[in-house]
Amino acid sequence: MKRVALTGNEAVSLAMKQINPDVVAAYPITPQTEIVQMFSQYVADGQVDTEFITVESEHSAMSASIGASASGARAMTATSANGLALMWEVMYIAASSRLPIIMPVVNRALSAPINIHCDHSDAMGARDSGWIQLFSENSQEAYDNVIQAIRIAESANVLLPVMVNLDGFIISHAVENIDVLDDEKVQDFIGSYTADYSLLDKDNPITFGPLALQDYYFEAKRQQVEAMKYAHKAIPEVAREYEKLTGRGYGYFTPYRMEDAEVVIIGLGSTMGTAQVAVDELRKEGNKVGLLKLRVFRPFPKEELARMLAGIPVVGVMDRADTFSGNGGPLFADLNTVLYGGEERPELYNFIYGLGGRDINVSNLMEIYRYLLNARDGQTLNRVNYFGVRE
Amino acid sequence: MTKEEKPGWKSIPRGGLILDAGNATQYRTGGWRVKRPVWNEDNCIHCLFCWVYCPDISITVEDGKMTGIDYDYCKGCGICAEVCPSKKKAIVMESEGQEER
Ligand code: SF4
Ligand code: SF4
Repeated sequence: MKRVALTGNEAVSLAMKQINPDVVAAYPITPQTEIVQMFSQYVADGQVDTEFITVESEHSAMSASIGASASGARAMTATSANGLALMWEVMYIAASSRLPIIMPVVNRALSAPINIHCDHSDAMGARDSGWIQLFSENSQEAYDNVIQAIRIAESANVLLPVMVNLDGFIISHAVENIDVLDDEKVQDFIGSYTADYSLLDKDNPITFGPLALQDYYFEAKRQQVEAMKYAHKAIPEVAREYEKLTGRGYGYFTPYRMEDAEVVIIGLGSTMGTAQVAVDELRKEGNKVGLLKLRVFRPFPKEELARMLAGIPVVGVMDRADTFSGNGGPLFADLNTVLYGGEERPELYNFIYGLGGRDINVSNLMEIYRYLLNARDGQTLNRVNYFGVRE
Repeated sequence: MTKEEKPGWKSIPRGGLILDAGNATQYRTGGWRVKRPVWNEDNCIHCLFCWVYCPDISITVEDGKMTGIDYDYCKGCGICAEVCPSKKKAIVMESEGQEER
């Protein structure tokens, strides 16, 4: 293990190098570009054995990853924003064909208007595609999540693709000191991968992606639900092993100063690091505030979240994307569903924030906590709030 | 197979995979047919054009002679009737179910 200063993109491409996948098929897009650029340099310098496929679009990047994975290879790609949107139809095929492809997504706003900065509209657009979705607070978590993703995806009974999200620019382009493993340690941890079925196994010919109409399609979908249940089990198992190796623990979410908390914020990504500072500041003034940083968005850890949030009077849900349902963001909708009908149900308030990279700082988060504290004390607060937008 | 006999999600291969090769024969595409090719042996010169052109391998041949049409798989595309070079066509298309009407 050694401590090095890396950007999020450097940390992710280093993790990919240490994983040494059989195939990487990727197309560059801001702010993910450096991942592809640096990884292709590793390929050119002979530091990995990877077959690097230069494709003409993200649709092809995902399609080539699917072909590689169906042949039994360990396959990876990476993208952002509109690139992810262009992959959309093939992402469903990757998940339903049960191919353990790993894809870092450097989160960026979807057009229009054209914007290259961070929000979660890209990942949220793919939330129902059947992929496992992990979120990272910083470069360290992005690095750790990419390595753990291999094991989660390839777990027996899971065999689903994993998307590792990291915030565009805020994580991808900011330099942080992180602990990285030695190459051999990463190899030992991920182990080798032998696919149960391979298109290249000429002695056992099989058909991938066949036609399944009214009589079989539904059964295949039901299997995917079951695979997600296994993913829910595998994620903490892999995390425990990873903690033994690194000392860094991971769960479905990370609670921060939740003891006796009466007002809690829950959310995804880098903003949760900023929120920790806000919590510390407000705690100094005697406010009972806490924070829940969600790491696993799909499969949604419904029981664990319901247990964690039961009895807390007020919960603020931070969404860096909107659903345009008129009823708030995607995390807000999921949490309402999970808590509906539960005992000691908290009051939920939604804050949609940071779209297109709109900055959010410590004092912004303190302001949000104060709205929530006032709501606890009986002041009215809209259910869904657009925070930081000009009227 | 009746509906009850089909395996459920717990027992079918994952991801819709088909693990056995050569299973296309299990899918009887004859049910798609709207028009039926009808062969008249008396007009047939056994040139086997129909056998060459049929996209569904539904022309049956024995000892180099046309012997009939396999209605389990014939989709009724009409190509065989179109290519039949015999002066008096040896294959003509009829509407499916015409006899019953
Ligand atoms: S109608 Fe078409 S499918 Fe049927 S036998 Fe003729 S060529 Fe073949
Ligand atoms: S194409 Fe016509 S003549 Fe030739 S074998 Fe077929 S049915 Fe007979």
